[in-house]
Amino acid sequence: MPDEKGHFGPYGGMFVAETLMGPIRELREAYEKYLQDPDFQAELDFELQQYVGRPSPLYFAERWSRELGGARIYLKREDLNHTGAHKVNNTVGQALLAKRMGKTRIIAETGAGQHGVASATVAARLGLECVVYMGAEDIERQAMNVYRMKLLGASVVPVTSGSRTLKDALNEAMRDWVTNIDDTFYIIGTVAGPHPYPAMVRDFQAIIGREAREQILQHEGRLPDALVACVGGGSNAIGLFHPFLGDRDVAMYGVEAAGYGLDTGKHAAPLCAGKPGVLHGNRTYLMEDAHGQIIPTHSISAGLDYPGVGPEHAWLKDTGRAEYVAVSDAEALQAFHDLTRIEGILPALESSHALAYAKKLAPTLGRDQILIVNLSGRGDKDIHTVANHEGITL
Amino acid sequence: MSRLQTRFDALRAAGRKALIPYVTAGDPAPEHTVPLLHALVAAGADILELGVPFSDPMAEGPVIQKAMERALEHDTTLDEVLEMVRRFREQDTETPVVLMGYLNPVEIKGYAAFARDAAEAGVDGVLVVDMPPEEADELVAALRAQALDLIFLIAPTTTPERMRSITELGSGFLYYVSLKGVTGAGHLDVDSVREKVAAIHELTELPVGVGFGIRDAESAAAIAAVADAVVVGSALVRRIEAHVTEPERIAPAVTELLGEMRRAMDAPSPRPSPPEGERG
Repeated sequence: MPDEKGHFGPYGGMFVAETLMGPIRELREAYEKYLQDPDFQAELDFELQQYVGRPSPLYFAERWSRELGGARIYLKREDLNHTGAHKVNNTVGQALLAKRMGKTRIIAETGAGQHGVASATVAARLGLECVVYMGAEDIERQAMNVYRMKLLGASVVPVTSGSRTLKDALNEAMRDWVTNIDDTFYIIGTVAGPHPYPAMVRDFQAIIGREAREQILQHEGRLPDALVACVGGGSNAIGLFHPFLGDRDVAMYGVEAAGYGLDTGKHAAPLCAGKPGVLHGNRTYLMEDAHGQIIPTHSISAGLDYPGVGPEHAWLKDTGRAEYVAVSDAEALQAFHDLTRIEGILPALESSHALAYAKKLAPTLGRDQILIVNLSGRGDKDIHTVANHEGITL
Repeated sequence: MSRLQTRFDALRAAGRKALIPYVTAGDPAPEHTVPLLHALVAAGADILELGVPFSDPMAEGPVIQKAMERALEHDTTLDEVLEMVRRFREQDTETPVVLMGYLNPVEIKGYAAFARDAAEAGVDGVLVVDMPPEEADELVAALRAQALDLIFLIAPTTTPERMRSITELGSGFLYYVSLKGVTGAGHLDVDSVREKVAAIHELTELPVGVGFGIRDAESAAAIAAVADAVVVGSALVRRIEAHVTEPERIAPAVTELLGEMRRAMDAPSPRPSPPEGERG
């Protein structure tokens, strides 16, 4: 998976204007070439080790496990990566690819700013020009990350079209790409977009699952009973899940953002409450109205606030290999506090969705069972959001 | 024979080139669209291209994006666009109408239902911007069953092999995108357009329209000299945008520009005639 045209069952594909088919072919050919190239892989491994700080630990959350009274919970500490989240695994990979392709300018879309920061970071590291598209609405909500990107030398372009959020930033980045294809590489931040992006971003993120599989065998001498990860576009989840897909006894739970609740319509849970359609170059589950227009989403976590989801998740859902659930803003916030107080780890609000589901799941499992939760990012970026939500002015 | 083919045959016989204006259905409000279509025909349009609003129009520049946003403020749905075409057909049974839009509204309606309703309404062709030939078999079959044409884009970056498969799958006409970028962008390179159109003509009998970047009488005439049809969108939509608060001035402003283009395209060329054997 996927097939040569990028299909995961009926999902995925290359639904873009003819003007983008040329650049997409160029990218696909370069990616297929360097995927097999030992020199490229060695360079990537070196950067992941020396610059990102991999491998990230697989940490046994002993106190939290005891408190919940069920499964032994391990946390894959992607929050300890350079720039504080799993996003950098992918931006390092794509930026190295850009350099091999002779591109001098990288562009990226960002919602909360994490992927924008990770892109600006590697652009600085590799001496590439960097332009980040960000919804005008998100720029107001994420002033700190906007400033971080500027410090790193990136230009941040406000997107004022449509809903002025992440999906519109992605549209605008695509428009930039099609206009500047000769010198520009578009780094998509998640496992969505036209083929080869869903497969390529997955392959760069699969380091998470490869390490976790090896680490759990070292710690416990066996594979886990279940994996839990949050799903916005779904890159951290597919990164954890993918190396375990063949291990039929390992259950997988993708956790979407239920926002104010699935029944309120104010959420970001296309797999749990949406239906299939075509957006941003691929067929997948979407948040859309009866006429096929994409509708606004809501989550307290900006990183999950996206109306689509990677096509491989759509396929894993339909085949039943992974199960998709949703937790609310309130449940995620409670999990944020729990992990902070009990383990001394401040999780990102995105990752807090995975933690909130683990909190429900663990007590239903026996004490000899093992759960791995992807702690995809650190929560320092979210303290203003949490404080605001609780009526505290910092 | 389809309306598109009839129209292109007649133009060819008369030694003229097709002028294809684009407007977004429902912009600035649904009640203006049908009268505007009639006004465009009166001002010299040979074929009408009607945009179906979509929330995420990835290939559009800012002008058409905003037009779609204005239309969506009035909840202009795909079914309402078809209803507009039906009303247009009450008075005009000859001018071909091509819908231009994005896949998701068609996908949600269902290909067969869409093709049936579009044919009933009097639509002649469909251009789905984000539907590449690789994915189009099912949609082509549904449209062909209703004798509707599926029109494909060809870009400056389209390889010769792709160009061949596109010319085999497409019908009605082919739409050559004259520059790298989005609608309404950039600067036209007429020489490179001439070369590409000639390359397409070597592969197919289908007429070739050229769009993206045609903004005035001069560029329309220059493209008419090298292609079978001239598509103009953003330049007209910009005039709609300029008059959203006084909609009675929209039709005069839009048809003024279209009329200038028509006259420039039909005027005997002041340039030396193209070398022997070359089209246009």
